[in-house]
Amino acid sequence: MSHVLSLLVEDKPGLLARVAGLFARRGFNIESLAVGKTEIAGLSRITVVVDVEQAPLEQVTKQLNKLVNVVKIVELDPTQTVEREHMLIKVRVDNSTRSQVLEATNLFRARIVDVATDALVIEVTGDTAKVQALLRVLEPFGIKEIAQSGLLAIGRGAKSITDRVLKN
Amino acid sequence: MLTGSGAILRSLEILGITDVFGLPGGAIMPFYDELMSSPSIRHILVRHEQGAGHAAEGYASSTGKVGVAIATSGPGATNLVTAIADAHMDSVPLLAITGQVFSTVMGTDAFQEVDIVGITMPITKHSFLVRRAEDVPGVLQAAYHIATTGRPGPVLVDVTKDAQQNVAPFVWPAAVDLPGYRPVIKAHGKQVQAAAKMLARAKRPVLYVGGGVIRADASKELLEFAELSGAPVVTTLMARGAFPDSNTLHLGMPGMHGSVPAVLALQESDLIIALGARFDDRVTGKPSEFAPDAEVVHVDIDPAEISKIRTADVPIVGDVKEVLVDLAASFVTASASHAPDYATWWARLEELRERYPLGYDEPTDGLLAPQYVIERIGQLTGPEAIYAAGVGQHQMWAAQFIKYERPNSFLNSGGAGTMGYGVPAAMGAKVANPDRTVWAIDGDGCFQMTNQELATATINNIPIKVAIINNSSLGMVRQWQTLFYNGRHSFTDLNTGHDTAMIPDFVKLADAYGALAIRVTKKEEVDAAIALANETNDRPVVIDFIVSADAMVWPMVPQGVGNSSVQYAREHAPEWEEE
Repeated sequence: MSHVLSLLVEDKPGLLARVAGLFARRGFNIESLAVGKTEIAGLSRITVVVDVEQAPLEQVTKQLNKLVNVVKIVELDPTQTVEREHMLIKVRVDNSTRSQVLEATNLFRARIVDVATDALVIEVTGDTAKVQALLRVLEPFGIKEIAQSGLLAIGRGAKSITDRVLKN
Repeated sequence: MLTGSGAILRSLEILGITDVFGLPGGAIMPFYDELMSSPSIRHILVRHEQGAGHAAEGYASSTGKVGVAIATSGPGATNLVTAIADAHMDSVPLLAITGQVFSTVMGTDAFQEVDIVGITMPITKHSFLVRRAEDVPGVLQAAYHIATTGRPGPVLVDVTKDAQQNVAPFVWPAAVDLPGYRPVIKAHGKQVQAAAKMLARAKRPVLYVGGGVIRADASKELLEFAELSGAPVVTTLMARGAFPDSNTLHLGMPGMHGSVPAVLALQESDLIIALGARFDDRVTGKPSEFAPDAEVVHVDIDPAEISKIRTADVPIVGDVKEVLVDLAASFVTASASHAPDYATWWARLEELRERYPLGYDEPTDGLLAPQYVIERIGQLTGPEAIYAAGVGQHQMWAAQFIKYERPNSFLNSGGAGTMGYGVPAAMGAKVANPDRTVWAIDGDGCFQMTNQELATATINNIPIKVAIINNSSLGMVRQWQTLFYNGRHSFTDLNTGHDTAMIPDFVKLADAYGALAIRVTKKEEVDAAIALANETNDRPVVIDFIVSADAMVWPMVPQGVGNSSVQYAREHAPEWEEE
C-alpha cells in the first residue's frame, strides 16, 4: 500500500543522499519524491511516496527520524490531505488530431504551454488519478515525452507541519 | 583568531579530550602541526589507521568516554572505515577526524581525494564536512554531542585543508543547535508501570540484558532491579560484565554460543524484559521460533530498535539507567498487590544449570585446550583487568570462560565481527586505564591483521598482554566447515601452529617488536607464562599458546534454526520442556 510521508528537514548538503541512501539500504522503493524549500529559512520539505506494509513503514519512519538533519516526519492521511502532481506531456498532433487533443486538454482543465506544427506540450496539475486519466486519453494520439514532478501533499485545515518546530 | 587547525585543537581541549590516536598525511598536516605543541592532548602514532580506529574504540568502550581517531584524506580515511562500521554496530562513541583535500579541488579526483562523508554515511550516526575555518568549533561541539548522547555511535568530521589553514574568530557556541536530534531520555510512566505489573504476574520471566546497559552505565541500577525482582538474568556478548557472573541470578550468555540455561530460559520464558538489547540474530536464532510463549517488554533509547525484529508488547523508549530505577519503584507497588512467584521457574533453571554446566573436553591430539588457557588467564588475572578479544572461537571462549564482575571489562567486536579488533582495542583500553592489566585474547588469524600496533605499544610504553590462541587456522570458519561442510577445510589453515612451518614465528615477530615473547605448548607451562606476563610492565607481552585446532565452541545453535535446537556438544541436544 502507498503511504505519503512528509519530512521536514534541515537544508544541508548531502541531505538528499542520506534520505535516499536510507531507503535503498533498508530495502524500500521510493515511488515518488518531491523536494523544496518551506516558509522557514533553512528548512526544506521532502514528500515521499513509498509502497510498503504498515510494519516496515514504521521501521523506515523510525530510521528516518534518526537522521540528525530530519526534524520531523508526518504520515499524511489521504482523507485529510490535498495531493497534487504536476506533469508536462508532449503529444504528437497533426491537422486531423489537433482539435481532439485541445478538447481533451480543456476537459481536464489542463493547459497548452507550447505549440509546434507536429506536437503540443500540455501542462496538467491534479491528483494522481486525474493526471493518469488524462494520460490515458492522450495515449492514442502518441505521447512523445513526459516530465513529471513528485507528489506534493499538504494537510487540510489550519494546522502546519512546522507549527511545533517553530515553538521549539 | 585561530587557524582552523588551531580551532580543532582548541575544541578538543574544551571537550576534555586527553588522548587521540592517528597517523598524519598531506591533508591533515596543518592540524598535526598544531597537535605537536599541545600540552594537554597525548597523540599516539599508530602504524595503520584501522589501528587508530579500534584503539579509539577500546579507549571508549573501557571508559564510556569518547574515543578519537585521526587520519588524512583518501586511503587514510578509508582505512578508518572498518573501525567506524564496527563502532556503528556496537554503539561506540567514536569521533573520527579526517583531513580532506582543498575545497577548491574537491570533486576533481584530486590526489588522495575520496568522498569519505559519502562512504561513511551508512555507518556513522552522523557526519560533517567542514569547508570553512569558522565552522570548526560548532561542528566539533555538535559531533561530540551526537557521538556521546542518546544511543552512542561514531561521528565523522571531514575538514578540508584550506579550512584547517584559514584563520577565523574562535566562537564556541553557547548550546548545541541540532533541531532534528532530541534523544528521549525519560520513559513513559504508564508503560513502565505496565511492565512492572507484567513482571509481578509472570511465571517465567527473564531479564535479557544487552550492551546498552553498559553504554548507559546502568549496571548498578540493573543489579538493584534484578535482586529486587528475583528474576533470572542473561547477558549478551555485548553485555558481558554488565551483571556480575558470580551473582546467582545470572544464567550466563544467551545466543548461538550461549549457555544452555541462558538459551533455554529465553526460549521457555513467558516474559522477556529486554534492556538495551536488540534481538540480534546471533541471540534469537530463527526469529519466528524465538521464545514463542513470551510477551516482550523492550527498553531501548533508540526507538528504531523497538519492534524491529520482535514485536514489543510494551515498548519503553528511554535511557535504561533511568528506566531501571522507575521499573524498580513500579515493581515494588505491583508486587504489593500481586506477589511474584518464580519458584517453579527457578527449579527448572537450577535443573538446567546443574545438567548443562559450561565445560569442555580435553583435545584428543594431546595439544593444549584453548578453553583452559583462556580460563586460566581470567582466573590468574581477575575481574579488575580488561579483556579485549578478537573475533572467532577465541572470542566466544573469552566470553564464556573468563568471569566478568564489572562493566567495561570485556571489549569485543560483537555486531560487525571485525577480525583484528583485539590488539589495537587492548592498546586503546590500556591508554585509558594505565593502572589496569589489559589482555588481548587474540587468534592467530586476527593477530596477523593488526599486530603492527605492537610497535605502537612498545614505542609509546603501552604494556598490553597478548595471548595468541594459536590453533593454526581460521578456527571458527574451520569449525563450521567441520560441522556443515563435510569436514572440507577450505583455505582455513594458516600454518602458524603445531606441526607446521610456523609462518610467521610469533615469538620472533613479537621479539622483533620489542615485546616479551613466550611460547607455551604444555599445560604445565600455562600458569607460569601468564604470571610472568602479569608481572611484566616495562613492555608488551605476547604469549604464543599452541593449542589444538580441533577444539570447538559449544554449546551451539546452528545458524537458521530455532534456539530449541541448541546443542550442548556435538550431536548432543539437551532435553527441554515441550508445551
